[in-house]
Amino acid sequence: MRFKKAVSAALAAAMSLTLLAGCGSGGQQNSQGSSSGGETFKIGGIGPVTGSAAVYGEAVKNGAELAVKEINEAGGINGVQIEFNYQDDENDAEKAVNAYNTLKDWGMQMLLGTVTSGPCVSVGEVAQADNIFMLTPSGTAVDCVKYDNAFRVCFSDPMQGLESAKYIGENNLATKVAAIYDSSDVYSTGIYNAFAEEAENQNFEIVAAEAFTGESKSDFSVQIQKAKDAGAELVFLPFYYSEASLVLKQAAGMNYSPIFFGCDGMDGILAVEGFDASLANDLIFLSPFTPTSEDEAIQKFVKDYESAYGGTPNQFAADAYDGIYAIKAALEKAEAASDMSPSDLCEAMKTAMTEVTIDGVTAKDLTWEASGEPSKAPMVVKIADGDYAVVE
Amino acid sequence: MKNMKKMNKMTRDNLITYLMVFVLFLVMQILVSSGNVSSLLQGLLVPLCAYIILAVSLNLTVGILGELSLGHAGFMCVGAFTSAFFSKCMVNTIPIAGVRYFLALLIGAAAAGICGILVGIPVLRLKGDYLAIVTLAFGEIIKNIMNILFIGRDSAGFHFSTTDARALGLLEDGEIIINGPQGITGTPKDSTFAVGVILIFVTLFIVLNLIHSRSGRAIMSIRDNRIAAESVGINITKYKLMAFSVSAALAGVAGVIYAHNLANLMAQPKNFGYNMSIMILVFVVLGGIGNIRGSVIAAIILTLLPELLRGLNDYRMLIYAVVFIAMMLFNWSPKAIAWREKYAAKLKRGKKKEV
Repeated sequence: MRFKKAVSAALAAAMSLTLLAGCGSGGQQNSQGSSSGGETFKIGGIGPVTGSAAVYGEAVKNGAELAVKEINEAGGINGVQIEFNYQDDENDAEKAVNAYNTLKDWGMQMLLGTVTSGPCVSVGEVAQADNIFMLTPSGTAVDCVKYDNAFRVCFSDPMQGLESAKYIGENNLATKVAAIYDSSDVYSTGIYNAFAEEAENQNFEIVAAEAFTGESKSDFSVQIQKAKDAGAELVFLPFYYSEASLVLKQAAGMNYSPIFFGCDGMDGILAVEGFDASLANDLIFLSPFTPTSEDEAIQKFVKDYESAYGGTPNQFAADAYDGIYAIKAALEKAEAASDMSPSDLCEAMKTAMTEVTIDGVTAKDLTWEASGEPSKAPMVVKIADGDYAVVE
Repeated sequence: MKNMKKMNKMTRDNLITYLMVFVLFLVMQILVSSGNVSSLLQGLLVPLCAYIILAVSLNLTVGILGELSLGHAGFMCVGAFTSAFFSKCMVNTIPIAGVRYFLALLIGAAAAGICGILVGIPVLRLKGDYLAIVTLAFGEIIKNIMNILFIGRDSAGFHFSTTDARALGLLEDGEIIINGPQGITGTPKDSTFAVGVILIFVTLFIVLNLIHSRSGRAIMSIRDNRIAAESVGINITKYKLMAFSVSAALAGVAGVIYAHNLANLMAQPKNFGYNMSIMILVFVVLGGIGNIRGSVIAAIILTLLPELLRGLNDYRMLIYAVVFIAMMLFNWSPKAIAWREKYAAKLKRGKKKEV
């Protein structure tokens, strides 16, 4: 009994110490944040760096850091340097709010994030309560920019579904269409729902709509077989390239070769290891960003990115890169000073954001509406001879 | 103090547990009101309450009943979704947050409890580790059901679907309440730290009193020797079911706290899947099987640890795992226990000499 008591006392003491240690350092950070607020703009970033969605979070981190480095080397924003702090959220809503609070303790003045849709909605709620400006590079769900302090760089899910359906209809690509989508993914279902809705207004028919979930995304033979049996001439694949490469491979194995049509998540499919690029020939997808574009700004971005991190940047990196430049433009427009409180900055940037125009790597003449949506038209990209080509 | 010593060992032990939670609550409350707490820690307070309740309630199944449950996150999921559904529907009908939250708690606990009974009735009649297998399946099934469930509401009533949101056929004034894999968005943020702590107290009260009651002794006798318990006329299934359904209902309460703390509730492998169930089991094992106070402490440490390690950036999850293993060894390895006992004995002797 005595021993038990001693141990429990020690444990309790250790625990309260940890708690207090946490508080102590937090308190210090708070005071640091407010006192050093005058010297730099503090931009926070949140996204998954561990777990299954780490690829996207890493890309955003790299893209944003690249932009921050460039801006700082060019003299900062109105002569003020930027500090960028990127926190991991493991693609989990609860962890994302923790990451957000960590950044708040650090003295974050505005947020570039979060990367994935689910966590973005939760963080949006707290950011709105604190009145902190947030710009998500890649949170595509409608609710991500529900509040007036939130903006996004990427397309929204419904917009992509709508544009895809329109493109297929207007160009008479097919009359019978099958769709395969990931029902456990917000991004994929969001696009599919809008696509199915718009399909009713178009001159094609959805003959098969097959879902899979995040836990069973290695075998698509059932879905492909159903699409084939239904006689679909075009298969719509609104999900990421890693799964799409498997669909293409398995469809080829079943001697089924319809037109495949994807969304911006398809970008990067040619870089999949062990993937026979010839399978992707004639694959069409919507994209905001193509690394092979001959545009000067894009070429420079791709080159800098490759030399800094190795590997070709994907659209997530490009969105984040544009996001940082958008924040810069809005700060300059608002003539913001770095000693303003996050809430004042947010008020100033809310209006400034709707007035700026930036030439980014994901779009030219990019502007924002007060609703938070960017005004950009997706490019239609078709893969030909193992390379991306923009279809005018 | 003298009274303390006169009290029997059990009461004193329980009091220490209550006191510990209360002191922690007071310390945090004072720190929060004086503005000394980082936003990170403040944001963690409510989830901490949920995890403590989960750990304590699972300890009832694993430690006291002696059955392995691998689907605790499933019961939490049931509680979270039913209560969030209720709150979202009633947010305009019942404007008083306190009343709404109280009803949500009851509904969440009841729904999870009923699921516990449904799972328990067939499984708890069996001997062996069947509960582990069935609860494991139950957790996955619940998560998958939540991922295909679409419920909407308009002036014509509720609409259900298992295909997609469009199949609901909502009228123009309709709103989607459960949107399949995207879950429930816009649950009112009703959970507070104070309510969370009150619920911890309620949980501790229920669990500790159950353990030390006549029923509790019956439950423990089943754990220790089923045949002996049966021979003295204890209704095995009844007591097993009692412990298991209480444990499930309390997990439902934790789910309610969790759901009303975040703006959007999605059933992902991360928060309601197998991993989460194992995480709760780790709290219990690390804190000591059957040791309620240990569960509380382990839940606090293991929830705070990954957040306090954020300073280490990329090495965060690595260090977390290493600390994890080190703690496990310290708590359970025979060598470590022997060393601790030796050290404690030395301390004791030292104290006696001083006196």
